[in-house]
Amino acid sequence: MLRFLLRRSLGALVILLVISAVTFFLFYAVPRDPAMLACGKNCTPDALAVIRKNMGIDEPVPVQYWHFMVGIFAGRDFAQGACPAPCFGYSFATQDPVWQTILDRFPTTVSLTLGGAVVFLVVGLGAGMIAAWKRGTVVDKVFSSASLVLSSMQIYFVGPLVLALVVYQLDLLDQPKYVPLTEDPAGWFLGLLIPWLVVQIIFTANYTRLSRSSLIEQLQEDHVRTARAKGMSGRFVFFRYAWRGSLIPIVTIFGVDLGSLFGGAMITEWTFSLPGLGTLAVDSVRNTDLPMVMGVMLFAATFIILFNILVDAAYAFIDPRVRLS
Amino acid sequence: MTSTSPAAVPGAGSPGPEKSDPSFAPPVKDPQKELVGRSPGRLMWVRFKRDRTGVVSACIVLAFFLIAALAPVISWLYGKDPYTRYGEIRPGLLNENKYPIKPNGGIDGEFWFGLEPGLGRDVFTQLVYGIRTSLSLAVAITLLSVLTAIVIGVAGGYFGGRTDYLLGRLTDLMMSFPNQLFFIAFTPVVMALFVNPQDEMPTWMRACVLVYVMWLLGWMTLARLLRGQTLSLREREFVEAAKVAGTPPARIIRKELLPNLVTPILVQATYMLPNNVTAIAGLSFLGVGMLEPTPDWGRMFAKGAEVYQSDLTYMFFPGGAMVIFILAFNLLGDSVRDAFDPKTGR
Repeated sequence: MLRFLLRRSLGALVILLVISAVTFFLFYAVPRDPAMLACGKNCTPDALAVIRKNMGIDEPVPVQYWHFMVGIFAGRDFAQGACPAPCFGYSFATQDPVWQTILDRFPTTVSLTLGGAVVFLVVGLGAGMIAAWKRGTVVDKVFSSASLVLSSMQIYFVGPLVLALVVYQLDLLDQPKYVPLTEDPAGWFLGLLIPWLVVQIIFTANYTRLSRSSLIEQLQEDHVRTARAKGMSGRFVFFRYAWRGSLIPIVTIFGVDLGSLFGGAMITEWTFSLPGLGTLAVDSVRNTDLPMVMGVMLFAATFIILFNILVDAAYAFIDPRVRLS
Repeated sequence: MTSTSPAAVPGAGSPGPEKSDPSFAPPVKDPQKELVGRSPGRLMWVRFKRDRTGVVSACIVLAFFLIAALAPVISWLYGKDPYTRYGEIRPGLLNENKYPIKPNGGIDGEFWFGLEPGLGRDVFTQLVYGIRTSLSLAVAITLLSVLTAIVIGVAGGYFGGRTDYLLGRLTDLMMSFPNQLFFIAFTPVVMALFVNPQDEMPTWMRACVLVYVMWLLGWMTLARLLRGQTLSLREREFVEAAKVAGTPPARIIRKELLPNLVTPILVQATYMLPNNVTAIAGLSFLGVGMLEPTPDWGRMFAKGAEVYQSDLTYMFFPGGAMVIFILAFNLLGDSVRDAFDPKTGR
């Protein structure tokens, strides 16, 4: 297990390196002045000169990449001042340090993700289990059809609808906003309540469907039938045999979802104008702000990789037949 | 028909009689009573036809594809197109704030779904053409992704060892790209590779870039799933038996593994397509999909989110259509799964 984790962590570093290289070189492979691209639409010669200098554009691209990578681990000096490790440079658009901006935005994304994920996993799995357990009954039909309809909704459709209803029609809550938990727990909770609900509605429905269908599939497996035939109680078979086996696809999807949610739930944050990593990403791409794009990309990728490794490790716990080699 | 001797079958490529029809071996039998072996595909079709939900949702999905294919005809019959700004040419349709004057977003006998706030275009044709754009992109992406996933997932899962390691890392690598972010970040870059930034990009080329980038980042989930399935199938007794019997790998993959993977592949493909539709719509929602003036499903949501406080009606048409489409497609996916998997009796 330890060897597996160690090897995968090394692999993860390599993958991050590749992603950073791909991102970096793709930006420069374009037959276009990167400074011009980075400078955006409203470019002045002065701004262009500053960007050129900061980018070290007179140097060959691999050297620039080298400086960038060294900056991450050892820090580097910029016109704006020394930038301690981990240094991702300064934003072209706002001149803010990239790393600090990411750290500032991260709590919003974490709040949104954790608040949503815990509930949608627990409720979704629970509802799926009940539906599979009571398969064919009214309960199952209600759960299944509700989750089907809800999982067909989209955040960019439901979001504005809920806002129109709760905020503008009924005037129950204010427009969603992010208040740090440490400053004002109640404000934090109320500000994120609508986004949580909308995310949960959609994700819970997905997990209900997934866990129900996965469980039903497992219940038809031979080993489950054997266990039943041996006279084990239905409940024991359900939880110890079928449920455990049904977790594999759920763990897979949950890892993917969680990893990408931590990297910024772009559409959710955009719909509710929450200042998380997702909106930061969209904004910086729109401003063709390369250092910021690089920073967010690597940050988000780290989470996705981390969760990939966790998922693979979890497979071994769930299904002993899976070998970690 | 089935009782004819092999020689009488016209143009049958004359396979040896004992090879071609061992199942019809009992020679003379009443044709009515003959046992007809039904292929799995045929069985699936029979089971599917019995499933009323499946058939209805298949019809709805088909209707959407027909609407998409026949968009020009529909627009011609309806007498409007998605580009003309009716609200600007004709007075009395939009008020001074550019919102439709008539209630409910300007719905009337002429503009069935009302008018778009701002530009005053016809919502009905916008939606019909928007569905056309989104569906064609999504179908292309899905086909390419599924093919790639089958090749990579099955190869990795079956061969294991170094192949699996390399393919697994490739999958990991592609999967670790935050795909929405990657997509948003690189669409401009990839486009700049094709066209001089000063020039206007042709619509078809933009569509190609969208398909290309989403394909590149679309196959991994299914590939991983297939790899996992293959991995556990590989350890099953029947594959082991085939291996012991000396069956070559290609045949094991074709005859032992793929038939067991058809269900996940088809089910996943029917989930993938609506996902691609919503993903493309999401990108357009964020402002990086198809651009004006090409009608696009997702861009209608962006517009809807802008105007929902004053004109909520506008949002309901693209939104409602999408919910119906996705719902029908998910139901279809479930029915396909039920039809394919005889174990899932009701």
